[in-house]
Formats: sequence, structure tokens, C-alpha cells
Amino acid sequence: MAADHHHPADLAPIEARVAAIESVLVEKGILDTDAVDAIVTHLEENLGPMNGAQVVARAWTDPAFKEHLLDDATAAIDSLGFGGPQGEHMVVVENTPEVHNIVVCTLCSCYPWPTLGLPPKWYKEPAYRARAVREPRKLLAEMGTLVSDDVEIRVWDSSSEARYLVLPMRPDGTDEMSIGELAAMVTRDSMIGVQRL
Amino acid sequence: MTLPDDDSLPRDNGNLVFDAPWHARALGIAVALVDKLGLPWDAFRQRLMDEIAADPQRPYYDSWGKALESMVLDLDLATPAALDAATPTERAPL
Repeated sequence: MAADHHHPADLAPIEARVAAIESVLVEKGILDTDAVDAIVTHLEENLGPMNGAQVVARAWTDPAFKEHLLDDATAAIDSLGFGGPQGEHMVVVENTPEVHNIVVCTLCSCYPWPTLGLPPKWYKEPAYRARAVREPRKLLAEMGTLVSDDVEIRVWDSSSEARYLVLPMRPDGTDEMSIGELAAMVTRDSMIGVQRL
Repeated sequence: MTLPDDDSLPRDNGNLVFDAPWHARALGIAVALVDKLGLPWDAFRQRLMDEIAADPQRPYYDSWGKALESMVLDLDLATPAALDAATPTERAPL
């Protein structure tokens, strides 16, 4: 809309700088704006936790797939068609009655895009990145996830060499559910490990 | 250290990840550039880590923008003067 038109002069310095970078790269023929837009659209529309949820539901219902997933997560996930950038070097860690897993990237924002999409804002905040390591039980409680003291909490620091995905425990009373119904129960946060299903 | 405000704490399966259109664009530029140049993602990630470490409280996408600028300059894809002189591309919101 014309009234909301965003003039370059209104840009914050860093926003203007990024726009300038794009402008120069486009001018030199290194990038084109359509490619940039296509990447963002793909990330927003095709990648996301619905893919990870399918991986989890399959693991809950197919023991051979689960074994493959825990042994070589990248290949197992790729076999479902969810590969690509930021999807390499996947490691799946399984929650059990004795162990609860939580994932963080302490240094930046490593995260499995093909299965979870782009990371939520809080995942990139200094508070989460520091506290997930220092006091995960307290942090989880503040996020509404109570993990009793007799359950061990394991914290996994994602990097480009290993991107972690949590395999949540299958909730009780779901024996009759279809794989589609199961996938619909799986949340993004449960696969980061900040929520239990 | 405090937690981010309550609204940003994870309580659902929401997908909102960009606070502003330029965040999406900054991300798209980095991904496209690394891909175009055939570089490993680490070529960008290392710079992002360094920028975050240099100023941990700086907003995330500000660090991202700084990392992008340092990569572009170090690879001689642009000069500071060219960036200063550039007219930012007029873009409709994605």
C-alpha cells in the first residue's frame, strides 16, 4: 500500500546495510532477488515441524525405521524426503521414562531446517542458549515443562557437525491412532525437548 | 540474565520466526550466497558465531547482518565504499 511504503531513508542502519549488500550483489550478477525470495518462501512454506512430526510418528509405529533413525538419522530422515541444507549430520536422541533430552545451540542457532523449519525466536536468544546448559530443569519448568528429579536431563549442543532432534515418548492411550493422527500430536517444541507430550 | 518476554516462550507449535521482512531477506541472502559460491554453510556460520560472541546482547539479526557484511567484504564481493554508495534495493514485503 502506498501509505505504508517503506522508503530506504526510513530503514534502520543494519536493515539499510543488508539492503545495500543485496543491491550490490544483484548489480554484480552474483545474486538475483528471485532466488533470495524463493529460498525464503521455501523455508517458510515447505520446511517446518510438520516434517519432523512425520519422522516421529513413523518412528513410533515402525520399529525398523526407529532403529535406522537412531543409528543414522540423516539417512533415515532423507528416506522420507526431508533432506537438504541444514539437514546434514542429524542425530536423533530418544526420550525415555529415565531420560529427557533438550537441544540448544550455545554459539549461534544451529537447527535442523528440513525437519523443524527455521528456529523460533527464543531458541536464538542469549537467555535460552545459556540457561539450557546451566539450569535446564529450572528453564524447562519456567517453560511449563516439569521434569521430575528422578529423570535425567541431557542437554545436546547442536552445531554444523551434529544437529539434534528429540524423539519424544509416544503418549499413552494412542495405540489405536493412525500415523497421521499421531503426527498431528507432535509439536515443534517436543522435538526441541522443551515440551513433553 | 533474564528470559525473553513471555510471549516468545515456546508454548505452542507456532511458526513465526521473523520479526521484520528484512530478517527474512538477510537469511535468504546468506543462504543464496553460500549456495551460489559453493561454500559450506560453516563459511557463514563461523562469522555469525563470531558476531554473536562479540556482542552477545545484540539482536540476533543485527549479528546476522554484520556476519553477512564481513563475508561479502572478505570475499571481495563488495567494498565498504560500494555498500555506502548503494541505493538499497526497493523491495516489496515478502
